[in-house]
Amino acid sequence: MIKVVKTGFYSTIQDQGRLGHRNYGVPISGAMDSYSSQFANVFVGNDKAAAVLEMTMTGADLLFLKSTTIAITGADMSPKLNGKAIPMFKSIIVHNGDTISFGRLESGFRTYMAVKGGFLTDMVLGSRSMLKGITNGFRIQKDDCLDTMKSSKLILPKNAKLKFDASYLDEDTLDVIKGPEFDKLSKNQQNLLFSDTLQVLKYNNRMAYQLGPLIQNDLESILTSPVLPGTVQLTPSGQLIVLMRDCQTTGGYPRVLQFTEKSINILSQKTTGSNLKIRLKD
Amino acid sequence: MSFQLQYSQYNEHSILVEWPAIIDEKILQDILIFKEKIENKYTKQSIQVISAYSSILIFYNITIDNVNDVFLDLKELYSSQRNLKQIESKTFRVPVCYDPEFAMDLEAYSEEIKLPKDTIIRLHSDPIYRVYFIGFLPGFLYLGGLNSTLHLDRKLTPNLNIKKGSVGIGGKQTGIYPQDSPGGWHIIGNSPIELFNSKHNPPCFIKAGDRVKFHPISKLEHQKMKSEINNPKFDFKTLLLND
Repeated sequence: MIKVVKTGFYSTIQDQGRLGHRNYGVPISGAMDSYSSQFANVFVGNDKAAAVLEMTMTGADLLFLKSTTIAITGADMSPKLNGKAIPMFKSIIVHNGDTISFGRLESGFRTYMAVKGGFLTDMVLGSRSMLKGITNGFRIQKDDCLDTMKSSKLILPKNAKLKFDASYLDEDTLDVIKGPEFDKLSKNQQNLLFSDTLQVLKYNNRMAYQLGPLIQNDLESILTSPVLPGTVQLTPSGQLIVLMRDCQTTGGYPRVLQFTEKSINILSQKTTGSNLKIRLKD
Repeated sequence: MSFQLQYSQYNEHSILVEWPAIIDEKILQDILIFKEKIENKYTKQSIQVISAYSSILIFYNITIDNVNDVFLDLKELYSSQRNLKQIESKTFRVPVCYDPEFAMDLEAYSEEIKLPKDTIIRLHSDPIYRVYFIGFLPGFLYLGGLNSTLHLDRKLTPNLNIKKGSVGIGGKQTGIYPQDSPGGWHIIGNSPIELFNSKHNPPCFIKAGDRVKFHPISKLEHQKMKSEINNPKFDFKTLLLND
């Protein structure tokens, strides 16, 4: 059991998402940076898809009411155990009564904390990923007591040697493929997408990231069609919207690009003002 | 009937199949038959098919290595012999209260399209609408068949808080908001029906291909139904229309 003393800016429980119900309009959800969340689990000997805590911009203060093992990956929020700095990307033993807290955001934007056994919040439609309208709570609250699964699995010693490649946190060139409506763009519009430096605008959250600058656009809306996380829509007013994990299942704006899974993870670690370039993957 | 389909890779895991981009019941039937064939061939764990008006997205839980092989498989499956049975489709009676208490835009909408309110209610509740797919929000039905005299472009400024159950008109479409949401549709009524419940499996009792008939009810009936529906024993089969 872990007690939430402070929530941080926006903290949710996430696993690898809700896959089977998109035909009913249910978003996939799941950890924004799936690579980091999976690795956090691996470090404590969990299944890769176990539920982890996702913290955005600022971390939570957590009081542990039993001894366990944790691992922290993703953005560097200067994690501390009882006020003393601890390393990321490795398993850490935490005792009953210990506190995990976070300080300055040094890199990235989203931090993941896995607990041995995984978090045991509500399972709804096959997933524990929190989402408004689906799960009871849509983010963790102060004084919540988060249950974790009992796990008898021993942490494999070889995990100590696991290599987590954190360099992607600093990458700023993102791979994309052409979206279904890419060919409807003019040559000029296509060139703009790849030659300009794009910037993450203020509107960025678990549903979507808006990228600037505006791209002059006269493409008409399309007949509503499926979309996925990573789909880049071009709105009539020229906004580039990258759909993220909590995005709706269908949309009516032209889908000009599609981010690769890795690019979605990288973008999840960017925030307002970050600059990036996109590159067409062959 | 067979259509000229377009196959393209959508991402590492998914294939997009597109029919001619129109809203048409024949295309819907063709989509649902193809979707069923795909779901029968693969297990639910290995594949998922998401459908919309004139396209499906096939999501594989493994990375697609050779996209041309996948296209070939799908093309063969599409042209394979169909089983003769029709896609099962149900018709539901969905109660709607058009009382001014819920119908916050009915007055203004009536002035804009120059039709009296009772005519609007009749034209809205007469047809049987086809459910093309569910998208936008969990449980939001994309319905086809709105009378063209009721078409009206969305509001220029969206309403930030449209209540759950609100029945609206946006452009050529009508629909029901399954949860509180911002939205630009003209709200002309409210349904007490729970279109989406994450505790149920499946979470929606209506699916693509089904049909919906709106049934006008009074404020009192709305209140009564609302409490009946909150009862976990409520059976959605009572909303089935025999035809």
